[in-house]
Amino acid sequence: MATDTKSESFEVGLGEINKYDFRNDEKYIFKSRKGLDAEIVHQISDMKNEPEWMRDFRLKSLEIFNSKPMPNWGGKIGLDFQDIFYYIKPSDHQGRTWDDVPEDIKNTFDKLGIPEAEKKFLSGVKAQYESEVVYGSLREELSNQGVIFTDTDSAIREYPDLVKKYFATIIPPSDNKFAALNSAVWSGGSFIYVPKGVKVEFPLQAYFRINAENMGQFERTLIIVDEGAQIHYVEGCTAPMYTTESLHSAVVEIIVNKHARCRYTTIQNWANNIYNLVTKRAVAYEGAVMEWIDGNLGSRLTMKYPAVYMMEPGARGEILSIAFASAGQHQDAGAKLVHCAPNTSGRIISKSISKNGGRASYRGLVKVEPGAKKSKSNVVCDALILDPRSRSDTYPYLEIDEQDVTIGHEASVSRIGEEQLFYLTSRGLSEAEASTMIVSGFIEPLVKELPMEYAVEMNRLIELQMEGSVG
Amino acid sequence: MTDTLKIHELHVAVEGKPILKGVNLEIRRGETHALMGPNGSGKSTLGFAIMGHPGYEVTGGTMELNGANVLEMEPNERARAGIFLAFQRPMAIPGVKMADFLRHATTNVRRPDRKEGEELIPMREFRKELKAKMEQLRMDTEFARRYVNDGFSGGEMKRAEILQMAMLRPKFAILDETDSGLDVDAVRLASQSIAEIGGAEMGILIITHHDKLLEHNTPDYTHVMLGGRIVETGGPGHERSGPELAAELHQQGYDRIRAAHPDAAADEEAMKQSDQVEHAF
Repeated sequence: MATDTKSESFEVGLGEINKYDFRNDEKYIFKSRKGLDAEIVHQISDMKNEPEWMRDFRLKSLEIFNSKPMPNWGGKIGLDFQDIFYYIKPSDHQGRTWDDVPEDIKNTFDKLGIPEAEKKFLSGVKAQYESEVVYGSLREELSNQGVIFTDTDSAIREYPDLVKKYFATIIPPSDNKFAALNSAVWSGGSFIYVPKGVKVEFPLQAYFRINAENMGQFERTLIIVDEGAQIHYVEGCTAPMYTTESLHSAVVEIIVNKHARCRYTTIQNWANNIYNLVTKRAVAYEGAVMEWIDGNLGSRLTMKYPAVYMMEPGARGEILSIAFASAGQHQDAGAKLVHCAPNTSGRIISKSISKNGGRASYRGLVKVEPGAKKSKSNVVCDALILDPRSRSDTYPYLEIDEQDVTIGHEASVSRIGEEQLFYLTSRGLSEAEASTMIVSGFIEPLVKELPMEYAVEMNRLIELQMEGSVG
Repeated sequence: MTDTLKIHELHVAVEGKPILKGVNLEIRRGETHALMGPNGSGKSTLGFAIMGHPGYEVTGGTMELNGANVLEMEPNERARAGIFLAFQRPMAIPGVKMADFLRHATTNVRRPDRKEGEELIPMREFRKELKAKMEQLRMDTEFARRYVNDGFSGGEMKRAEILQMAMLRPKFAILDETDSGLDVDAVRLASQSIAEIGGAEMGILIITHHDKLLEHNTPDYTHVMLGGRIVETGGPGHERSGPELAAELHQQGYDRIRAAHPDAAADEEAMKQSDQVEHAF
């Protein structure tokens, strides 16, 4: 339980909520004008001095973005695309040590606890500030084993063949409007390659920080886990609170080769003025396992449905989703499992909490392609509603084109009952403590899947979200 | 001065329906009281009202703990002041381990001024005490790691309530049909445990239909509730002793009581509809 672990907790790179809401003066190397058009795309490409194929890719993606309508489902997106800064370069180079990072930016990540977490339990770190990765590290023994952990811009220069082979193959620009937007203006993000048989013991962590007002952050992450290899990648996200909207729209593509394992954990705690519209997808080959652990606590609107495409027999996909929607928030979160081959298996567990007028929606798809015999999938989604003003919806989609399959779906919606609260308060717990305890208990089955450091953090974030929720 | 819980002319309504119609009861720490009465007479209502359940509206009367007005206290303040209710039907709290729940509860009750987020009793100290109490109650220590009342059998739930009582060490404990749903052996075990823990330490109010729970907890006083009032009491200064009255009720039922108190019996009839309300909990 939350406070139980408190005594042994330490900073994990996500900091305290009240610590997130601070901002630095803008001392940037370059800041594009507001708005989006071909000129801006050319400017980004010029700044990055990237190959022509990438410039062409961006320009085509911009056309696709312009031609696609806004999604007519999910949440209400009240964004003016011309009122956003699409590219900000905060620093002229990427630091290899923290001392090599501009001081105010270094202080930012210090406050967020990143260097400390790096020392204690991480294999490597990438820190992105606005549009660019300003710091990167990887333990030497891992680079000696051939592990690559760099930003995606550098990867295009340093590993052009590897990038070109996989880039935008899992999520093409035409996939959806926001994937097209990201493809046009992407900057930063992580590139990871884990060679055959290499098991990376400690997590690699990326941290995404937005500082400027009306900012758009469009990182692009590509992870390739080669045969029999293993990796756990973690990302955290925060920003200061502004009255105007900002946009975070990432694309994450993952390839999990035969008998490899990849776990991708997100603890997203964006400020409540941020639209978080992200496309995340993995393909898993024979006997491979892909796990998404997706924690959505922040943002005004999140639309995110991490997907696993199980391409070959024995592949497994697992998605654990936690969403917490409070006042002014809509979490439209979920998952997709696509069975493309026989004997593949998947599981989705979703837990959502809504309070103070927040809205949490589960939106999920289980799809079984013809011929994917003996496939198994199970979906469990539970919603907890803390007060009558809050809302929860479930949108499960099943597309099964094969007879010989086992698919399960369970959903539950509960409210914190007066009787539960009375029981706990009759034992001396305050009403706020009692509610927090019920909520922590509700997400416990997912939190216990997290590494200890992140479980502690998740519980602390839930407690902070719960503060002042009663009376 | 002996700690005293004093209830005077207490009137309680549930969803606007009067259930208790002037209950008088005084319990001193160290005494054991039995509260008996037919179904729907208002026994559980008294328990909930003493603990401060928000669904039980006090429409008249007073309740004082050593002179302090209990009616002004929230349930958690009552717990911190030393009042405990062992529930007839405890609530499950999935995902919350007994030990974590109890550590919060125990800390708050022992340090009544504690605010949320302040330190808890040190883990080691707490575990040691919990383990000792569980051994005393002949409970498997695995219990502490299970989720609060989640998937517990009837017997396990009741023992978990007694464990909580043992950890919280209240001044006054109300045991609401702690024997219901238990087999004979389980009742005996519960009865022994209550005696071991409560004994002279607490003022205990045992709400029961039977006299089994009283085997090891000889009541100094036995009260009979009918139609929302305590109509008869056995004990010092009364015609019958506490155990005598309990035994009589257990063996012969409430016909004599009804005949002796026709007004309360008439109220009982009128309240039959309210039965459902009380038993919804």
